[in-house]
Amino acid sequence: MRNAFIEHLTAHMAQDESIFLVVGDLGYSVVEPLVERYPERFLNAGVAEQNMTAVACGLAREGYKVFTYSIANFTTLRCLEQIRNGVCYHGLPVCVVSVGGGYMYGYLGPTHHATEDIGIMRTLPGMRVFVPFSQRSAQLALDEVLQQPGPAYIRLGRQGKAVDDVAHNGLTLVRAGAAGSTERAVIAVGKICDRVVRFAEERTADLYALCRVNPLPEPDLAKLFEQYAEVTVIEDHQRNGGVMSALAEFSTGIKGVNIAGRFSLAIEHEDGQRAALLFGDQSRNVIHE
Amino acid sequence: MTHEREAEQMPSFPFLSQQASATAQIDLGEFAHHIRRWSLEMVHRANASHIGGALSAADILAALYGRILKVRPEEPAWPERDRFVMSKGHCCVGLYSALALRGFFSTERLQRYAQPGSLLMGHASHKVPGVEWSTGSLGQGLGLAAGQAYAGKLRNSAWRVYALLSDGELNEGSTWEAVMFAGHHRLEKLCMVIDKNGQQAMGVTAGILDLGAVAEKIQAFGWEACEVDGHDLDALVTALSAPPAGKPRCVVAHTVKGKGVAYMEHNLKWHYSAPHTRELFELALEQLAQGAQEERR
Repeated sequence: MRNAFIEHLTAHMAQDESIFLVVGDLGYSVVEPLVERYPERFLNAGVAEQNMTAVACGLAREGYKVFTYSIANFTTLRCLEQIRNGVCYHGLPVCVVSVGGGYMYGYLGPTHHATEDIGIMRTLPGMRVFVPFSQRSAQLALDEVLQQPGPAYIRLGRQGKAVDDVAHNGLTLVRAGAAGSTERAVIAVGKICDRVVRFAEERTADLYALCRVNPLPEPDLAKLFEQYAEVTVIEDHQRNGGVMSALAEFSTGIKGVNIAGRFSLAIEHEDGQRAALLFGDQSRNVIHE
Repeated sequence: MTHEREAEQMPSFPFLSQQASATAQIDLGEFAHHIRRWSLEMVHRANASHIGGALSAADILAALYGRILKVRPEEPAWPERDRFVMSKGHCCVGLYSALALRGFFSTERLQRYAQPGSLLMGHASHKVPGVEWSTGSLGQGLGLAAGQAYAGKLRNSAWRVYALLSDGELNEGSTWEAVMFAGHHRLEKLCMVIDKNGQQAMGVTAGILDLGAVAEKIQAFGWEACEVDGHDLDALVTALSAPPAGKPRCVVAHTVKGKGVAYMEHNLKWHYSAPHTRELFELALEQLAQGAQEERR
């Protein structure tokens, strides 16, 4: 997904001379083709994420559409105030791009996990949040960010090949469950979508993917809540603050929706499970593959 | 904003040229005095903090807005303007006064400082005409300025970028990230001014995190640096107008917190406290006028 994203970004850079990439000394073996083609619009800001983000703001103030890039905790948490005050308050076209969100870097341990990023980013005023679930989905997220320049966050995953016939960033039906299923829906967020196909099948649930989690595609979600008796959210994130929380907040405004017990959280793999225990995660519903 | 601005009575002071670009005609001493006078009035009316640091920076702001910065008050977003980042955003009364006196907006607005509904609140806001960035969270201004300077370098732009930092702000690691970045990329059109008044919120800077030889430290990161008396307007103008020389430039301005008001000078109390009573305000004006008179002699 990272390579597909960077390739797509490089293609956009050919068309739009205002696009600029700033990395925090990360992106080895991913960004090189871009750097080779557009060295003047690439900057390695070093292991200094606060300054990376401030510099991105300065560049954006001078007319560039800037992408910052690093591992999810570094590119969101370390420089959170620069994102809040610099990017969001000034409404600048800076898109924070992260890799390794959630427990993706499981074996690297809790210092390299980002299980709060979606929750934090979606509370920042004006911040659009995308969690692509496939290569195509990552490209569509990038297209949307460039169509409406402004603050944005894109959390990229690894791989993400299973679901590639996607046409937009809203709610996408990935796989229908048993014929006539109207009881259960599963909403998968991000690349974890690949891993929950069987889970959805076992529950004879319809599987949806959701890329743009802020702002939410509210009309589509409202229909979904009307249609299904049970909605399960699967995301690689802390239980509080993530997409499950966002949907719970949204659904409180919908008549007849009972939130209790309708959502669950999953972490994605064994490394992640171990990491969750170390981190004292309160996840209750873990998918065992 | 535009209509509101047009309807405003723009200031007309004898010491300011009516031609905004003719900065050479501005009497810097008078300009600095009026920046201090307005700053006092604003914090008095609003019972607001941070007068000490505004007074220490008043001469720096006068030199910048009176002589150095190429700006157009009638066109705040003029693309060829010099960029100024007020990183010590808590001292915005000084900046707002300088901008109003230069004609970016009316001095009537200053009178509504920190009042409900006012555009001018207690930290610098980019929504105010002439203000480049909203600041106030310390340690963020130099990185923003460096980003602008990097963009200017890429495009070979003529404009320069100036950032005014407090010395307390040098406690922030993010400031040093930006110092490293600017030095590494040889951002020669970036100039950082440090208002080195030697005090921060809870005491003297040397007693909290001793900065030691600041100029030498910054030089070690690939900058050129000089030290000046931050209340000597000629020295400030000379230091700030030095042509770019292949490296970012740092002007360490040695200043006095509370400068110009005898009872505030060197007194930490005036980091937070306001001359909120009529008596304190009038005494401050009196001492300011006395000081200005002595300067003229």
